[in-house]
Amino acid sequence: MVTSILITALVVGAVGLIIGFLLVTAGEKFKVQVDEREAAVRAELPGNNCGGCGYPGCDGLAAAIVKGDAPTNACPVGGAVVGAKISAIMGVASEDLGKRVAFVRCSGDCNSAVSDCKYIGIQDCRAAAVVPGKGAKRCINGCRGYGSCITVCKFDAIHVENGVAVVNPLNCVGCGKCVQACPNGLITLIPEHTAYMVACSSQEKGKAVKESCSAGCIGCTLCTKQCEYGAISMNGNVSVIDPDKCQACGKCAEKCPVKVIRKR
Amino acid sequence: MRLATFQGGVHPFEGKELTQDKPIRTYEPQGDLIFPLSQHIGAPASAVVKKNDTVLMGQVIAEAGGFVSANIVSSVSGKVKAVEPRLTVSGMKVPAIVIENDGNYTPVEGLGQKRDYTKMSKQEIIDAVKAAGIVGLGGAGFPTHVKLMPKDPDAIDYIIVNGAECEPYLTSDHRQMIECPEEIVKGLKVVLQLFDHAKGVIAVEENKPDGIRNLQKLVEAEPRIEVVPLKTKYPQGGERNIIYAVTGRQINSTKLPADAGCIVDNVSTIIAIYHAVCENTPILTRVFTVTGDGVNDPGNFRVRIGTMISEIAEAAGGLKDTTKKLISGGPMMGMAMATTEVPVVKTSSALTCFTQDQVELLQETACIRCGRCVQVCPSNIVPTMMLEAARRQDLAEFVTLHGMECMECGSCTYICPARRPMTQAFKQMRQAVMAERRKQKK
Repeated sequence: MVTSILITALVVGAVGLIIGFLLVTAGEKFKVQVDEREAAVRAELPGNNCGGCGYPGCDGLAAAIVKGDAPTNACPVGGAVVGAKISAIMGVASEDLGKRVAFVRCSGDCNSAVSDCKYIGIQDCRAAAVVPGKGAKRCINGCRGYGSCITVCKFDAIHVENGVAVVNPLNCVGCGKCVQACPNGLITLIPEHTAYMVACSSQEKGKAVKESCSAGCIGCTLCTKQCEYGAISMNGNVSVIDPDKCQACGKCAEKCPVKVIRKR
Repeated sequence: MRLATFQGGVHPFEGKELTQDKPIRTYEPQGDLIFPLSQHIGAPASAVVKKNDTVLMGQVIAEAGGFVSANIVSSVSGKVKAVEPRLTVSGMKVPAIVIENDGNYTPVEGLGQKRDYTKMSKQEIIDAVKAAGIVGLGGAGFPTHVKLMPKDPDAIDYIIVNGAECEPYLTSDHRQMIECPEEIVKGLKVVLQLFDHAKGVIAVEENKPDGIRNLQKLVEAEPRIEVVPLKTKYPQGGERNIIYAVTGRQINSTKLPADAGCIVDNVSTIIAIYHAVCENTPILTRVFTVTGDGVNDPGNFRVRIGTMISEIAEAAGGLKDTTKKLISGGPMMGMAMATTEVPVVKTSSALTCFTQDQVELLQETACIRCGRCVQVCPSNIVPTMMLEAARRQDLAEFVTLHGMECMECGSCTYICPARRPMTQAFKQMRQAVMAERRKQKK
């Protein structure tokens, strides 16, 4: 009786020891190298897993930052504060780009944009972009107004108002999801303080623009001549304001014959 | 006898009786002609004329811009008015050559010269097709000379002439089978000249009995040519479907018809090959159907490439005031258009006008999991699951579900009792996947 208990205890103990030994060796041999910095970076990130950075949640971003794939200020929600903390962990200089917000370079709403037809189909700009004419508006460069940007925005910062997408800068964190979603590439990220922007990106000539939209840039170049700071240049048939050079004097907006330069 | 066919497919209302009994009318253009530089798959052609140049009928005005590309030929004589972006059926402005027609139709030297194809070498035939700027006139617009140069010409054992014309309302191929069947047979004999081991098959849907009779009479004495009647079912004329119906061979999107030993050409393309090789005439005209209940006098027209569609609509008695929907092509695969102020290009097959927009009346509801889309899909894929992937813009999932096998025939959307707009979503996803692949290649 006692012997069988002893034998059992010995066998079980021995097996336990062998398995324990194997586990320890395996644990040593197949050890996953965890960068301590990753955990530290992850701790600084907000942790709401919004995906606004483009990575799968905060864990994904933390891994990417440590790997060097993403900049330290990649978290759009945390902004400069979190960016600075992460930079400190990573031991790199903190880069403060300032808050950036999305801007839709189109102002062709239902009142100004001419429409030749009715669009019946999937209410999504990316789907509308594959049909001839890309939807109802005659201007094929403009905002389609079917809200692909709204679908991807996690922060309720962009809405279609009267047929054109408008960004609410207070909610916008500058994650850039809408920039990728827009099939016409109308959305750009600009510094929050930017005062004036050209709300059109049609590359058509002046006459064609006039025929399709009353709010379109006709490429008259008057604004480029007005600007004393050299902030306005022409990109093809549409003028572009450089937010870094713009001194917010507002002369361009005053002079613009179609009033497409808007104060934000 | 059981007719040759494929698995799946739908039976939409045909509407061919509107135009199938009316002879082809010739329409000469009144206004300027527009020749977009991209009328085919592949690289756009590059213009070789400039503003104010004088051009002759049959003159090459733009040369092929690469291996997969095609020449563009002026269909009239006159003066080049401009080389500038013009609106096309695609809804985009693309570079185009605008020619002011002088009404004389002065031909270039040698145009219409008779040639005996049996005395021409294989290379000479291919060069003639290439110079004539022939592309797949059925709608895809793939340059024909590229098709005629497979890697291994000896492995080709079927030349299939696609006379299915499964698209509802369209009758241009049917009319040509009635009016000039001998040109189809001659064109096929020209192509057979290139492939020693090949057999010629003219495949026609059985809803064109007169066309089949005409062709059968002509091929009685031709040992290498056979006429195969096909079951009337959409999309019988899809390249992969017609290959399967005729030969029983299956290919997917990663393979070319030549991998299955087949070359498939549309009836109009074969006629164009005949004209190019035997009569030294490049592609100047095409047969264009104007049909639907929205046009006063529907019919088939022989029009010059570059003619404005609005002019042809006028020639067909004009559009009714109540016309609500315009489609370039047929109702299944055609593209809706906002204006008729666009030119006929090589691949334009029809203008279909309706007084009612059927799609507008449909209300999309939730999927009821009936599986009808799966049943009708000629590519044997699962549209209902692909649509879920499309809703999420999940490209990887879409590819896993074999979404790239979709040929955008529209059968699933047609049959869906929940009226889900699948084809449009698949088209967008396929383009997104292809764009992604191009990006990765770079």
